[in-house]
Amino acid sequence: MQLFVKVPDFDFMSGRRIAVLLSCVIIFFSLGSVGTRGLNLGVDFTGGVLLEVGYSGAANLTDVRNALADAGYDTALVQNFGSANDVLIRLPPSGDEEEGTVVRDRVLDTLREYDSSVLLRRIEFVGPQVGEELTEQGGLAMLFALILIFAYVMLRFNRKFAAGTITALVHDVIVVIGVFSFFELSFDLSVLAALLATIGYSLNDTIVVFDRIRENFRIVRRGTAEKIVNASINQMLARTLITSFTTLIVLSALYIWGGQAVNGFAGALMIGVIVGTYSSIYVACTVALALKVSPADLLPAKRQEIDDMP
Amino acid sequence: MNRYPLWKNLLVLGVVVFGAILALPNIFGDDPALQVSREDGQAVPEFTLSAIRSVLEEENINYIAADFEENAVLVRFDNVPMQLQASGVLREALDFYIVALTLAPRTPAWLRAMGLKPMSLGLDLRGGVHFLYQVDLETATQQYLGTYVADLNTQFREKRLRARATPEQTFITVQVQREEDRGAVSEIINELNNTTGINSPLGQADSVIIDETIIEGQPSYEIRLSESQIRTRQDFAIQQNTTTLRNRVNELGVAEPIVQRQGINRIVVQLPGVQDPAQAERILGATATLEIRLVDWENDAFEAQRRNRPPLNSILREQRDGTPVLLRREIVASGDQLVDATSGYSQGQPAVFIRLDAQGGQRMLEATQANLRRPMAVVYIEEKPELVERRGEQVLRTVREETVINVATIQGVFSSNFQITGLSPFEAQNLAPILRAGALAAPIVKVEERTIGPSLGQDNIEMGRNAVMIGFLLVVAFMLIYYRVFGLAANFALFANLILIVALLSLLQASLTLPGIAGIVLTVGMAVDANVLIFERIREELANGNSPQASIRAGYEKAFSTIADANVTTFIAALVLFMFGTGPIKGFAITLSLGILTSMFTAIIGTRAIINLIYGSRQVERLAIGGGTP
Repeated sequence: MQLFVKVPDFDFMSGRRIAVLLSCVIIFFSLGSVGTRGLNLGVDFTGGVLLEVGYSGAANLTDVRNALADAGYDTALVQNFGSANDVLIRLPPSGDEEEGTVVRDRVLDTLREYDSSVLLRRIEFVGPQVGEELTEQGGLAMLFALILIFAYVMLRFNRKFAAGTITALVHDVIVVIGVFSFFELSFDLSVLAALLATIGYSLNDTIVVFDRIRENFRIVRRGTAEKIVNASINQMLARTLITSFTTLIVLSALYIWGGQAVNGFAGALMIGVIVGTYSSIYVACTVALALKVSPADLLPAKRQEIDDMP
Repeated sequence: MNRYPLWKNLLVLGVVVFGAILALPNIFGDDPALQVSREDGQAVPEFTLSAIRSVLEEENINYIAADFEENAVLVRFDNVPMQLQASGVLREALDFYIVALTLAPRTPAWLRAMGLKPMSLGLDLRGGVHFLYQVDLETATQQYLGTYVADLNTQFREKRLRARATPEQTFITVQVQREEDRGAVSEIINELNNTTGINSPLGQADSVIIDETIIEGQPSYEIRLSESQIRTRQDFAIQQNTTTLRNRVNELGVAEPIVQRQGINRIVVQLPGVQDPAQAERILGATATLEIRLVDWENDAFEAQRRNRPPLNSILREQRDGTPVLLRREIVASGDQLVDATSGYSQGQPAVFIRLDAQGGQRMLEATQANLRRPMAVVYIEEKPELVERRGEQVLRTVREETVINVATIQGVFSSNFQITGLSPFEAQNLAPILRAGALAAPIVKVEERTIGPSLGQDNIEMGRNAVMIGFLLVVAFMLIYYRVFGLAANFALFANLILIVALLSLLQASLTLPGIAGIVLTVGMAVDANVLIFERIREELANGNSPQASIRAGYEKAFSTIADANVTTFIAALVLFMFGTGPIKGFAITLSLGILTSMFTAIIGTRAIINLIYGSRQVERLAIGGGTP
């Protein structure tokens, strides 16, 4: 079996103006959505109390809500989680750290009063301070990763490729966050991890294409940069699609069978893989071309021997 | 010809076999188990084991085995519900024992003898409680300054100097009220640096900084702790708190707990198997101590309460039912002198048995001799941290609650050993460990808590395992169909990769969490990428009309730099995740970076070894790599 019987010859780069427009629109909407709707941040970031409880039968959410409201927790968010028997209760941060403990005990007591068979499955209490730190750490981690990656790509390729890589990565991060914001999906710690994994994956994809461009720049001395870039993308197309496919297979398995706890992770990364595959072709290469990347950039090819070491 | 030298083949084989041995303990699985140990940490006697067995048999609870393991008894069960039922029954039946939920690996003895262990599972996979505490370091230094104040004032008094030390927020002021005492006062203050100086690596550092000022027209001094002293004090506070928390965790009787410092001022506590966070917290968070005082029986407590003014030399306290009690100001014995506290029963009543040190014993002896047939009170003092709003800022404050838990008539003379009664069984059981575990050096406040019930943990393990297996099988099937013999080689490599990841995780004893499993799954997806790159390259070379052998060589060689670049950059991302991340993110970063390392080995060197064995040493017409190649 073979995806393409011979190397395909799609003219990717001629469509790059449309792609740029498309990317700009998506990014505009993503940022707009984050700006207006915000992100449905999980307890990990906002602080607060989250309880997951299981009942022996289907839980009556209205009763649970009423019982909690009677106990003074009318701000509690009550919803099913995974199955009809499982209930997720989320309480916003009270501002008082010590109160988290009291809230937990009282909510549990209330639930036990209502139905003594209730089984505690999970509690998360995060102080507002810890949540803030996490947001800060997550942002810092991302920034740091981007800087290091930029440095590495600049060292191994050149400035123009590095700019293309970083633009593609920032593009992916914004789009994934935009999707989470638009569909109001819960953005928790595992989604943050998925976002960082997206960076890793998209990067992988971009580097593979760039590597081939660099190689072709050295062999094919004639032809415009655009032609060579286009040919390189085509040469790597089978690989790009197959790897995206296998990664998506595994992520689907995780999404379907991995349980609620990794759902957010798998979902976010699936979006990330798709966006990353697109961006490595259209965003990364387009930016490199816009910066007038040319074979001349790589002419002092003194690193050749090291590169091709088996 | 494509042939690896013998040593290279042996290396591949060796690494995989070695990895397989390291990973072996993981295939035996765990039994839900109960660990029964004695409250005082002594070895469990033989008769308790038989008692456990008979209790379980009486209640018709099936268990797989019940045996000694070190100082405790380990009882294994078939399933979690059975384990939970048994834990309730045993807790009821065994006094003075701690029954802890745990998972017992079924690793056979010969593997254990080699020091091999299965991967340790994170709390999200095995259930348990995770607390993150923040230590209030400011209070710790303030408390330390407070000891200086008392010390200085005592010295001033003894030397009849007219000077007074008062504590402020971060410093002490000493006001000299008589000009001629100034020299002597200054000498005493400067002495602080000689007596309490600390040894730093740079030599003796000053522990306090002394500034001269004028307050209310009088010559004064401001004393503050030096930077190095503050740091030392804070380190001490964290260390002591960690130790105290560890002691308390031990009182809880949890199997494999973790108590460690995190960052500058935080302590993380992980209690696998603990189900009731509230109970764990009561013991972890409370700072409790005892005071024993004589009751002031000559004055009317109700009268004092009504006027809200206790008589001189007495203090007014309340019993738990709200009844007022007048106590004598001087303390007979206090928690510092406590050597041991155990819970139990005295004449059918729940009781806590207390043992004091020699000094405390002596004081008790004198007090009881002089006050026979008079009442004596036990005051329970609990300090709880509380966040309050002060000038728009959240400030930690310690609230001190004193309750008289017991008033009893002194029936006889006693010294070091006595008992406190008048408690509920539950209180007696909680009080003893709290008293034993001592006090915290600085107040702590909980900033994060995560509790995973055991059933959810079990679900997470099963779902995680299923997801990995299904994902793995799907990818394997695809590779086989798409790349034929080469796909087979890649699949062997993938399997070896999985074994190596598990082996490394077992070796490092880094705990496997659910995000960690996600990392493994992702590695499986991405490990294939290296092989896809190589195989596509080989197909390309074949399509260009190169011979099969040359294509194999060129495919591996040319794809290498691409694979290396791609993996190094992903590795950078994983490394950054590891450095910045905490908890779940770290777990993901660990498996991802391990996976990148192992997959580089298996996907490049591993598959090459297999391909070389199949095709390397013979004339090949065509390669079974799938597709329409000639």
